[in-house]
Amino acid sequence: MTASAKPLKSAKSDEVAIQIAGMHKWYGEFHVLKDINLTVYKGERIVVCGPSGSGKSTMIRCINRLEEHQKGSIVVDGVELTNNVKNIDAIRREVGMVFQHFNLFPHLTVLENCTLGPIWVKKMPKKEAEEAAMKYLTRVRIPEQALKYPGQLSGGQQQRVAIARSLCMNPKIMLFDEPTSALDPEMIKEVLDVMVNLAEEGMTMLVVTHEMGFARTVANRIIFMDMGEIVEQNEPKEFFANPKSERTKLFLSQILHH
Amino acid sequence: MTTAVDTGRKADLPPPAATVGVIGWLRENLFSSWFNTLLTVAAVYLLYVSIPPLMQWALFDAIWTGNEAKDCKLPDGERKDGACWIYVRAWIGGFMYGLYPYDLRWRVDLAGVLVVLMFAPLAIRKLPYKNWYGVAVILLYPLVAYFMFRGFIDFTPDNPLSHTHPWRTVETAKWGGLALTLLIASVGIIASLPLGILLALGRRSHMPIVSTFSVLFIELWRGVPLITVLFMSSVMLPLFLPAGVNFDKLLRALIGVTLFSAAYMAEVVRGGLQAIPKGQYEAAQAIGLNYVRMMALVVLPQALRYVIPSIVNTFIGLFKDTTLVAIIGMFDFLGAVQLGNADPKWLGFTVEGYVFAAAIYFLCCFSMSRYSLHLERKLHTGHKKR
Repeated sequence: MTASAKPLKSAKSDEVAIQIAGMHKWYGEFHVLKDINLTVYKGERIVVCGPSGSGKSTMIRCINRLEEHQKGSIVVDGVELTNNVKNIDAIRREVGMVFQHFNLFPHLTVLENCTLGPIWVKKMPKKEAEEAAMKYLTRVRIPEQALKYPGQLSGGQQQRVAIARSLCMNPKIMLFDEPTSALDPEMIKEVLDVMVNLAEEGMTMLVVTHEMGFARTVANRIIFMDMGEIVEQNEPKEFFANPKSERTKLFLSQILHH
Repeated sequence: MTTAVDTGRKADLPPPAATVGVIGWLRENLFSSWFNTLLTVAAVYLLYVSIPPLMQWALFDAIWTGNEAKDCKLPDGERKDGACWIYVRAWIGGFMYGLYPYDLRWRVDLAGVLVVLMFAPLAIRKLPYKNWYGVAVILLYPLVAYFMFRGFIDFTPDNPLSHTHPWRTVETAKWGGLALTLLIASVGIIASLPLGILLALGRRSHMPIVSTFSVLFIELWRGVPLITVLFMSSVMLPLFLPAGVNFDKLLRALIGVTLFSAAYMAEVVRGGLQAIPKGQYEAAQAIGLNYVRMMALVVLPQALRYVIPSIVNTFIGLFKDTTLVAIIGMFDFLGAVQLGNADPKWLGFTVEGYVFAAAIYFLCCFSMSRYSLHLERKLHTGHKKR
């Protein structure tokens, strides 16, 4: 699916961006996440895959507190996620998120979608915020749509606006929650291309996706989750060539040979 | 002509003549089936039976000139066939201002002119600081209007000036007519919307005390008829207040009307809030907006837009419900019309009074309805491609 077949150069460093240790989460009685341990380094690109209901979306949503974890710890860029609202706000300023269903604000223009955060959270002057927004909209290749409303754009264009909206907050880490799952096939490439560009620029990325082509070329590490736990993690090459656990083998055989 | 260059595509043809134009429209909309045709004929007949006699009474046979009741009557004392509009003309001051002192009515007019002047700049599309100006006007105007209506030279028996001064006080019991109706309705409308929004947010709050209080408040006020509320405010409330403490009857009615419609407004707004997908909240949180900003910038603008028709519906209901203040002895527009109907000089012209009242109420409500449609169209973004 993606443009280049050979793996991207890694921008991975030794500095820790996200540290998740012994993290558990329950929905009522249901144990969704079990003893999650994960360290993400700055500049690292991680793809999370697994069958539906395996808890992969829930895990990355815990990282910016869209979901609350009940046990263990999550430290993002040196700040621990607790009930302290200040910490949550600080982390959300550093972490961008792109959703499966885009979640653009339909009552605002594309440009206003992008400037809302910078103006109200970062207190940036309107003019400056608009200039920055145009820069990012150019980067996702839709500057000409800036004055339209989201409802007037195609799915692929909306998702690229959503990426630009996140980038406008100048995040250190980007979370992608199945960014191409709601798109028509012919629009998947335009979104993946933008994500590859982002990876090339050294952004720390955590991507939940079923796009194995993207995983193969872009990821430094692939994490396989099933039944709320991390079953296996490895470099893409090893992961696809020599999956260790039976569950991984089963999953790979299902998604690669359909 | 028809054989164009062969592009491999089929040419675009015009639609059949019978489906477009006036004939096409008539066929499609009025005579598409035997049942539709029957309805069309019945509707035309009904219009034929009702409209011409009404026009005859209200316009062609109507009496427009003259000054006294006898101008509307035949020599034998029977009233003429047409509408006697000179009665309405004679009483128009009463209908507009109620019992407000005759020589001070210009103050009410001035308040009316001021409302237009102060709100007019909001119609300018690109006014700088428009939102701030709007808030300032909404907060400031009621004060201005209050002093216009009430005046500020208090009545004292030994000061002769306080009997004749152009700014002498007029107690609220004397306020009336259409002016009073508009006053109660606009205070109710302007105050109940923000209160209703707060109650709706409170009802959906995760804090049990806030949500319980909101639910109790809403259910209590919604579960009681407005007449009861007004009665309570004017008759029973003074019994509970300590002796000597007494506040204005109009103020009490205003508070009653406002809280009553705030409860309804809360449920309307809650309906709008429920239509907002969870993803909107999540996206707002993910870019770092706190609760207040998330609500003010992302959720409420969408939720309120969804429920504009219901909000205006509530406003129209409130506007008509203001007539109930007649129950506690205030002469609002309808009360003033009834006062005129009971005037011994003009006995026998009640129909004209009520028709006039109905026309004015209709005009106000219909304008609100049209404005709501306009607002809906203006705020519509992108669901349909324009």
